[in-house]
Amino acid sequence: MDYAAVVLLEILYMIAFLALTSAGLAVVFGMMRVINLAHGEFVMVGGYTTIACYQAGLDIWFSMLVVAPLVVGILGLIIERLVIRFLYGRMIDTMLATWGLSLLIVGLVTLIFGNSAVSVQAPIGSYEIGQFQMGGYNLFIIALAILLLLVMWLVMRFTRLGLVARGAMQNRDVASSLGYNPERIYMWTFTVGAALSGLAGGALAPLTGLLPSVGGSYIAKSFITVITGGAAIITGTVSSALIFGTVNQIVSFASMPVVGEIAMLVLAIILLRLMPQGITGRFFKNSA
Amino acid sequence: MSISSNFSAGRISWLWFALACLVLLIAPALFDVNTMTVLLIWALFALSLGLMWGYAGILSFGHAAYFGLGAYTFAVASMNIGESTLPLLLAMLIPALLAAVIGAMMFYGRISDVYMGVITLVVSLIMFKFINSTAGDAYRIGDARLGGFNGIPAFPVLNVPGDPELQIYGLGLYYVVAVALLICYLLCRWILSSWFGRVLVGIRENEARIELLGYSAPLYKTAIFTVSAAMAGLAGSLFATWAEIVTPGLFSLGQSAEVIIYTIVGGLGTLVGPMLGAIGLGFLKLLLGEQTVVDNSLLLGVILVLVVLLLPSGIVPSFVRWRQRRAQAAAARNKASSTRRRRRHHGEGT
Repeated sequence: MDYAAVVLLEILYMIAFLALTSAGLAVVFGMMRVINLAHGEFVMVGGYTTIACYQAGLDIWFSMLVVAPLVVGILGLIIERLVIRFLYGRMIDTMLATWGLSLLIVGLVTLIFGNSAVSVQAPIGSYEIGQFQMGGYNLFIIALAILLLLVMWLVMRFTRLGLVARGAMQNRDVASSLGYNPERIYMWTFTVGAALSGLAGGALAPLTGLLPSVGGSYIAKSFITVITGGAAIITGTVSSALIFGTVNQIVSFASMPVVGEIAMLVLAIILLRLMPQGITGRFFKNSA
Repeated sequence: MSISSNFSAGRISWLWFALACLVLLIAPALFDVNTMTVLLIWALFALSLGLMWGYAGILSFGHAAYFGLGAYTFAVASMNIGESTLPLLLAMLIPALLAAVIGAMMFYGRISDVYMGVITLVVSLIMFKFINSTAGDAYRIGDARLGGFNGIPAFPVLNVPGDPELQIYGLGLYYVVAVALLICYLLCRWILSSWFGRVLVGIRENEARIELLGYSAPLYKTAIFTVSAAMAGLAGSLFATWAEIVTPGLFSLGQSAEVIIYTIVGGLGTLVGPMLGAIGLGFLKLLLGEQTVVDNSLLLGVILVLVVLLLPSGIVPSFVRWRQRRAQAAAARNKASSTRRRRRHHGEGT
């Protein structure tokens, strides 16, 4: 019974992890049809920002939930203005340019912070389920992911901003003819997406530890979560995070964590082959 | 499109080819042989991607999967067999088989560019993760332990076919690699000048039209993907025998990124471009590896971003275009001045 609870919590954590790390990429892909291959580096920069602020004496919650999204959001804004905006509509070129950016950011962070691992203590201690020791911070991640998705859904569904965003997503020309400047919408979308990635990086920093190259391990997971989810941002992310998180953890418990990851990746290939438009291209067609 | 159709017509200037042969022949006298060898291996790897991406429009975000698989196949097979001829063939065959399966799955599934990018990337990632986790005695193929993160050291290197005692290394290996590169280049040229190559370029330009003409696009794409993977596998096996060790890093995203950068910087839609890109940037990478002030990936990243933004067709096509424009301008000038002269003659006559 205890063991079942542990497994369930781990599955929930994995789902939350996937949803949290993919949210930024999903916003950018869903709204702009841009694949940002520097996404993993955005997450990584969020983590480094958190640790640097914490070491400079700021409160860890403040650095994680406020400073990290802010810094990465600004970084995203700069990158959008300097690079991405010239490449709208050229999908492969955008992927290549953002891949270049990812290498560039890894190089910069290596120059600044060095190539050794840094970490920070989780601000929540552990608790016990029967004989099992569980990290309390995992619960915070689950709560944060739920809260984030809820807020995103509320904003998209009930605010004027969300309405404009959904309109621009469905038909850029119509939104433009109604007086909303698509270029401006894209700019802010990219910034918000980057800020979400920064938030994810900040929140996960105490769990994962950081290396300049850590972005590479996020990008593949978020990439498959978003692409398999399809165009609808929230529904897509949630549904594919559910599937991949569950499969990953169940296989991991049955054998080894590596096998779990491989199972998840193989499943991604199969799903993409069966549903080339993603889950939301097939089901839940009219969702946000 | 006139530039690329010029290239894809499969014409080859034998004068330039002879010159390249000569350069390759005397290069060891001028540069370090070991460096030259690895640069040519990267050139071969970039050629394999350039053939597929530049002419059939298929971009693999995880081409290192086939490079690494070739290297590992060579290492494992040469440890088990002891003689290197068969392993070299296997190192082309096995990546080709994998590519045929994955290519058929993608292309017959009519999967779009982005999804293809994901799948090729994920395949290389799966192999990276798998090979990385194969430490310990349980993971062995015959006599070869896969060795996980540490890779496989100390396998028999390339030898003269039929005689395992006569190992090829140093200058000998350099010439083997150079000849392999030239043969592969000629093979690519031959493919592109055949009907097969023409259909491929047609697919790149307009897939629907080619299908309506009765060609099966998935079949051709799968075929070129397979050929490209075999070539990448060959490059991988040569790299294995050069480095005398294979590690999971061969499958890494960085490796895939590098070959993409070589190809796009050199120039898409040419065969020479990717090779020159690999040699030039590879040399730069080796130079940068010797110092610690500027991080290597920082510079590669900057180059990639700048090339995509400013020179999206790559260096070689831009150069060719510049030369053509100049030749045209010169021709126009000549024509103009000659007509002016003629007019003057007429004027004097009347």
